[in-house]
Amino acid sequence: MTEASPMSVTMADRRRRRRELATTIGSPLLGTFVGLLIGAVLILMAGANPLEVYSAMAAGAFGGKRQITETVLRASPILIIALGLMVAFRARVWNIGAEGQYFIGALAGGAVALLLPDLPLIVLLPAMLIAGAAGGILWALVAGLLKVRRGMSEIITTLMLNYIAVLFVQYMARGPLQETGGYLPQSAQFVDAARLPQLFGTRIHLGVLLAVLFVPIVYVLLWYTPLGFRLRAVGSRSSVARYAGINVNRVILFAMAFSGALAGLAGVVEVSAIHFRVKAEISVGYGFSAILVALLGRMHPVGVLVAALFFAGLTTGAEAMHVVSKLPVALASAIQAVVVLSVLVADALTHGSRD
Amino acid sequence: MDWSLVLNWAFLVALLTSCVRLAMPLLLAVLGEIVTERSGVLNLGLEGVMAMGAVTGFMVAYYAGDAGLGAASPWLGLLAGMIAGMAMGLLMGWLSVTLKADQVICGITLVIFGQGLANYIYRQGFRSLAVNGPGMPSLPIPGLSRIPVLGPVLFDHQPTVYLAVLLTLLVWLLLTHTTWGLKIRAVGENPASADTSGVSVARVRYASLLIGTALAGLGGAVLTVVQLNLFREGIIAGRGWIAIALVIFASWRPWMALGGALFFGLADSVQYRIQALSQVALGARTIPYEFLLMLPYVLTLVALFIRSRSGRSEAPAALGRPYFMHRLQ
Repeated sequence: MTEASPMSVTMADRRRRRRELATTIGSPLLGTFVGLLIGAVLILMAGANPLEVYSAMAAGAFGGKRQITETVLRASPILIIALGLMVAFRARVWNIGAEGQYFIGALAGGAVALLLPDLPLIVLLPAMLIAGAAGGILWALVAGLLKVRRGMSEIITTLMLNYIAVLFVQYMARGPLQETGGYLPQSAQFVDAARLPQLFGTRIHLGVLLAVLFVPIVYVLLWYTPLGFRLRAVGSRSSVARYAGINVNRVILFAMAFSGALAGLAGVVEVSAIHFRVKAEISVGYGFSAILVALLGRMHPVGVLVAALFFAGLTTGAEAMHVVSKLPVALASAIQAVVVLSVLVADALTHGSRD
Repeated sequence: MDWSLVLNWAFLVALLTSCVRLAMPLLLAVLGEIVTERSGVLNLGLEGVMAMGAVTGFMVAYYAGDAGLGAASPWLGLLAGMIAGMAMGLLMGWLSVTLKADQVICGITLVIFGQGLANYIYRQGFRSLAVNGPGMPSLPIPGLSRIPVLGPVLFDHQPTVYLAVLLTLLVWLLLTHTTWGLKIRAVGENPASADTSGVSVARVRYASLLIGTALAGLGGAVLTVVQLNLFREGIIAGRGWIAIALVIFASWRPWMALGGALFFGLADSVQYRIQALSQVALGARTIPYEFLLMLPYVLTLVALFIRSRSGRSEAPAALGRPYFMHRLQ
């Protein structure tokens, strides 16, 4: 719809666009409201006061500098991954293996840090980031090639590759990469040159900046490049794309590689900025939260940015709330899924009324 | 390596026995998904459905056992697992059949929803997290269970194993020998012509979803109530997704599903046994257990890869497409 030439903008067009904008922003808001409402029912059933719980969560997520920092740190891997996934989803390539690509990225980048500790920061850090992205691409392209060459559903293959990747990182962390003389299943600490610098004297690191930087990049990629047009054409209707002479397979592979690269990048950023080691406990389901964030953000970079902050806030808020009210942190993930389900419903309802 | 440790009857019997037992949760989920997909609905939410069945079933069985309901408590748990599965099925039906939302997006969201809610229920429902359920005693079939080798492998199991095989037969009969089965297949192949001949596409799809999710919920409950006697986060461990792959592998046929599930059961039991055995047989040079744990996921990829070679799939023609009624005037 964005391709419509300016000449065709009539009154009816403008009205239609305004209505589209209303549903684009309206149904996530409505979904969020319903999701929080259903969450309130869960809290009531657990014998707590929803208002108190929610205000504790809000305070825990955004109540002060420390809380906001924590939320932003949580949001940035989700944001990086979700920005990649939305590009794939736009082409109707259902990469749900970001979790695995994140782990392989963390492993590849971490291996560079552990094997080449003598490199100067200016060389080592870029090498790690590139290795991480390359690891993610590699892992995603396995599924991409199986889809293009053999017609195997990427939904199942990426998911199977998730389990394989996590188990492989587990093995590496307690086997070949384990800290010499260490007892825990984790690698040695990275040297200082392998750690992403922190900004403005806070815990906010360069990776957060990188995440935010990808918001305009993805926007330009999707709406201002021929490649972006092809991605959206393939996603809208494959037959149209074929008539337009688009090599659908190549677009699918690109969608896979791009989403894999960002997931891998998120992985290496996380170990380089937060954990300083390779180990199995580097994700709290970031790859899966990112799927929901991409959907809730309407596969739009700005929407994804807002949704990532919202979901990260729900999690940090739930952790803070857990300390006070003893309600399980899993409440956050339940609410997250309810929010997205409600958005799906709101979407389907408005689509239905439009016909 | 000392092969006599592996190549003896006692070992093989134990291996095959656990293979049959481990195959059952998967079999139930595959059977359910076959019914659902035959009606044209792709329910990718299976993993979440199984998680809900697993947690609900386990919780009901545990508290029923606590309340002194004795032998009835695991059965109540299984029933609760089925009902929880069907509740998820209703949700999927509302989204995909009534509201005609994108089935892929609904399915993926349903998985995350089911997992999140299951974890929440588990954390909220138990004071201590390391609890064990009452379990279910095995029911050797008189006479048959005494047959050497075949007896223990096939006829000395918990009742749920026989139930699952019986359900395979029932699903096969339903799909191939009943009017309802005909309706299900018609709706899955060509909903428009089914509609014009007076079949309610929506009703058939809802029914198929409910049957499918009841079986998947039961599968999840069998896992926690009968096999493991416990619940933990991530306990389904991809079985729902493997089931979806197995439906393709089995070409949407119930008996093939039994074969496929047994194959995965074998892989599972080999993996458990190698873990135990390799320490004895291989000493220090054990296979890292992570690689053994990868086995089912790698096998799923291999199975799909082999299937993809044989050209066109036998998928129901309308699979994954919402049906919009065309008003004939």
